[in-house]
Amino acid sequence: MSNAAALTADLDALVADAAERLADARDLDALAALDAEFLGKRSAVTAAKKQLGDLGQDDRKAAGQAINAARTSLESAIAEARERLAAGARAVQYEAERLDLSEKLGEIRRGSLHLNTQARDRLEDVFVGMGFTIAEGPEVETAWYNFEALNIPEWHPARGSFDTIFVDLGEPEEVMLRSHTSPVQIRTMENQEPPIYIVAPGRTFRTDTADATHLPAFNQIEGLVVDRGITLGDLSGTMDEFVRAFFGGEVKTRLRPSYFPFTEPSAEFDISRPDGSWLELGGCGMVHPNVLRNCGIDPEEWQGFAFGFGIDRLAVMRYELDDIRELVNNDVRFLRQF
Amino acid sequence: MKVTLSWLREFAPNIDGDPVELGEILSALGLAVEEMEIIGEIVDGVVLAKVLDLRPHPDADKIQLVDVDRGDGQLLQVCCGAFNMAVGDLIPFATIGTVMPNGMEIAQREMRGQISNGMCCAADEIGLVSGDDGIYILNDVVVDGAGLGMPLAEAIGMQADVLWDLEVNANRPDAMSVAGVARDLAAALGVEFRFPEYEITTTNEPVHGLLDIQIEDPELCGRFVATVLRGVHVGESPAWMQQRLIQLGMRPINSIVDISNYVMLELGQPNHTFDLATIPNGRLNVRRARDGEALVTLDDIERSLVTNDGVITDESDRIISLAGVMGGATTEISDSTTEVLLEMAWWDPPSISRTVKRLKLPSEASTRFRRGADWGDNIDRAMRRFVQLATESGITAVSGFVDVPGTTPDRTSVPVRVAKVNGLLGTELTADEMDAHLTSIGFEVTMAGDTLHVVVPTWRWDTATETDIAEEVGRMFGYENIPRTVPKGDDPGGLSQYQKDRRLVREVLLGAGCDETLPMPFLAPGDLAKAGLPEDGVTLTNPLHAEESVLRTSLLPGQLKAIAYNQSHRNPDVRFFEIDHVFLPAAEGEIPPDEREHLAVAIAGEEAPAAVAVLDVLDRVLALPNVQLSPASPAGLHPTRSADVVIAGRTRGHVGEVDPAVLEAYGVEGRVAWLELDLGAVLDGPHGNRTYTPVSKFPSSDIDLAFVVGDDVAASRIEASLRKGGGVLLSDVELFDVYRGPGIDEGARSLAYRLRFQATDRTLTDSDVADVRQACIDQVVKKTGAVLRG
Repeated sequence: MSNAAALTADLDALVADAAERLADARDLDALAALDAEFLGKRSAVTAAKKQLGDLGQDDRKAAGQAINAARTSLESAIAEARERLAAGARAVQYEAERLDLSEKLGEIRRGSLHLNTQARDRLEDVFVGMGFTIAEGPEVETAWYNFEALNIPEWHPARGSFDTIFVDLGEPEEVMLRSHTSPVQIRTMENQEPPIYIVAPGRTFRTDTADATHLPAFNQIEGLVVDRGITLGDLSGTMDEFVRAFFGGEVKTRLRPSYFPFTEPSAEFDISRPDGSWLELGGCGMVHPNVLRNCGIDPEEWQGFAFGFGIDRLAVMRYELDDIRELVNNDVRFLRQF
Repeated sequence: MKVTLSWLREFAPNIDGDPVELGEILSALGLAVEEMEIIGEIVDGVVLAKVLDLRPHPDADKIQLVDVDRGDGQLLQVCCGAFNMAVGDLIPFATIGTVMPNGMEIAQREMRGQISNGMCCAADEIGLVSGDDGIYILNDVVVDGAGLGMPLAEAIGMQADVLWDLEVNANRPDAMSVAGVARDLAAALGVEFRFPEYEITTTNEPVHGLLDIQIEDPELCGRFVATVLRGVHVGESPAWMQQRLIQLGMRPINSIVDISNYVMLELGQPNHTFDLATIPNGRLNVRRARDGEALVTLDDIERSLVTNDGVITDESDRIISLAGVMGGATTEISDSTTEVLLEMAWWDPPSISRTVKRLKLPSEASTRFRRGADWGDNIDRAMRRFVQLATESGITAVSGFVDVPGTTPDRTSVPVRVAKVNGLLGTELTADEMDAHLTSIGFEVTMAGDTLHVVVPTWRWDTATETDIAEEVGRMFGYENIPRTVPKGDDPGGLSQYQKDRRLVREVLLGAGCDETLPMPFLAPGDLAKAGLPEDGVTLTNPLHAEESVLRTSLLPGQLKAIAYNQSHRNPDVRFFEIDHVFLPAAEGEIPPDEREHLAVAIAGEEAPAAVAVLDVLDRVLALPNVQLSPASPAGLHPTRSADVVIAGRTRGHVGEVDPAVLEAYGVEGRVAWLELDLGAVLDGPHGNRTYTPVSKFPSSDIDLAFVVGDDVAASRIEASLRKGGGVLLSDVELFDVYRGPGIDEGARSLAYRLRFQATDRTLTDSDVADVRQACIDQVVKKTGAVLRG
């Protein structure tokens, strides 16, 4: 038997023996010792490689191939064993670290936005999508902005119907909590040249005792468009587009003639309920020429429409609240539902 | 305004159709139907019967025995709980088997041993109205030819009717009458509308010799029409009239008052009756009151008058009536009255409005005058109607009316451009179509090319301009027939930067676990003082409740109330925020208050640093310029745990903890971390400016430094010194430990910082790090007196 053949036989035996011993290895430390024994500096494979120089040309080539084959076999067997042992160790770790994810201590709680603000934001977003900007104004107003500029002179019966809350400033009945958001129309027209496309959400006030359906302070949103050639048909179409965007495509609108001193023609706008009946949502109309003139706008050149309705009511309707006072009680058991 | 179909048909006999559909048409005309009711239907089985005998029930006090005849000649015993009947009275009787409107079926019953064979009915039990208290006595109600046993509806000439309760707007004085509603509805239906001719008979005596009436103030009184009625006797008005008054919501009073109300409801013309015997020589004058004058009105209350008030005086210049508002006590009709002065006038709406408002004396009559009554033919018509109804009840009238003119509104024709009307409405109506719509409701139109010349009828005081008339065209054309279009402006919509930032602030606070609260903006007197704040809130003139009579100057009281409320419901540790208006005292020379938008954050159960942490996150998110906490003791806050928030050199709010004394006053348990900012000023000020610094590619070195320093030195000063000492190489500073206790002197603490050094152009050497570390230490020691902790 040639030297090379003998070496090959030895290596085969070694590889076979190694396979058995690797299979018996219990942990990664034992595997590391076997790795050193089979492939380290003092291993049979290394020793065999050192002896190659002593062999003849033909034997050397055959022996070299045998050594490489054995080394490759050993390396792959060790890698296999390592993978087996690592997986086992990981499995032990996983089992040891088992957690019940329903044991919740300390949550990250995001706060709740007030229902009024949610409704207001949704309204603003719909009107912004329709090309409107958002205007705001003070809650304490003067008679000029709350009444006179809106074509409601001092003697007008409509004044009484607003149930205005006055404040102890200036002359009697000169300064008041605004009874509608319409003063923002005046402030906007005084400060901005047409075209104007605004909505003005905000708090308004009436001398109402708080009960399940009334609050002395509540929220409205006002809309105002002043441009060339604006018509009642534009108002009707705008209300319809708004209602479809806000309530959904199946809700219909209608305008009914009505009366407000600051619009002419005036209308109520109704939306359809699922049962086919109509719900009065708010008032609207073409901006009265006197109102335009009061703001320095020529009614022959510009026309406009305005509309307004309650915000709180939308929240009440949407969630079927049985008591509107929930909106001002600030009970976290209520607030956190939304 | 309530109207019935039968009454409407007296002016437009061809009004017909489904009551619901007619209601829809009324709504589309701007006369919104608030309620609709079918009235005058009487259930089958209720018949006319006669009381034959009344006797006590042998074993019961609260019921009696009644024998009735319901037309078959048989005597029928009934037990009845009412005692207002007399033998011989005609009554409604529900026979056995009748199902009453309330669902009850009438059956033969035994009541304490006595058989009851039906039921005597009160008016409301069979869906009718009457003034009778108890069983409805029909003696004066039945029609000629009615017989016992006849179905009740037939016996009293009752027909089913429709009652609509309409919302009438302030610009529609005409629709405050049955005739006015009929005019609109007839026009919409395209059927004929006309006033009946009221035939009257009078004596030959001319009225002009009896009355002498002057209008001293023609602006106040546009027209004063009067006559004299003789042989007056005050009694009950006929049942049909009472029935209609009740249907329309008025209580029958007596024959004269009832006619007065009937004419007002029917034709819209308020009217007044004086006892002529109390007016010497029939002389009247119409003028304004003088300051200091007074009148005892019909309700026996003395009213002080002012110069605006319109009054009617007698020949001695004594005030006898408050024009258009309420009559005087001395000239009121009484049981002994035999001669009446009947007055119908037109009063200036603003004058009436002012008087009504000042004296708080609204009435059916003044409501019509305030909106503008009809000064035209309707006054004559109403006079004739009143006289006709009065003479039917045996009163006589003298011949003719006194008719004194004052100044009436201008009714010259209004030019109405066809293009302008179409331009307002968004329609393409022709001049002829507009003419037809206007003419249908009594407007007089003359065509002149592209312009209509329109004379507005006298029953539409509030209608005077081209725009007003455009509204009428739109109303009669139908708002729902106008094509819908959507205008688009040239500019895109959007939120302002302020509005975007405010939404961002809300998002940040929601993320910080705070719930948004919106308390009412009102406070009770003393709420501000209780919160340690100055009592300078603006007060309300007419609050409904004292606890809602002051406007807040701070969001603190409202938040404390909200926390206390939740704590009392076992939710102690709430985290709240609020963004809303506060009302500070007016600036010099201004009348309205200084109104601002504030932000408040209230964290119950947490100490001051929790509020500072919220401020810090807002600072980072909004990129506020140079936020400093300036030592201060803001009102209402904990004096040693609070600071002013100074942004770019301006105080913009406070942060810290609420004063424990204030918490106690509001009944709040535990601590409350507090932040209140003038959000408007903060967001209107500079912020959001961020500049780019390249991220260094070179490694950084971290070192820790601890300093012992007195409690009087703010940690922010240590940090500032560290930054100064570290210069550009100091990329980050973090306070990671604060220690007080053994090893540290009383009144001092150890502050431990982690510093990160990094250069943008090289890797720092050990000696670089040592140098900059020393520079940091030197700066802190020199500027603050702190000692490096070994």
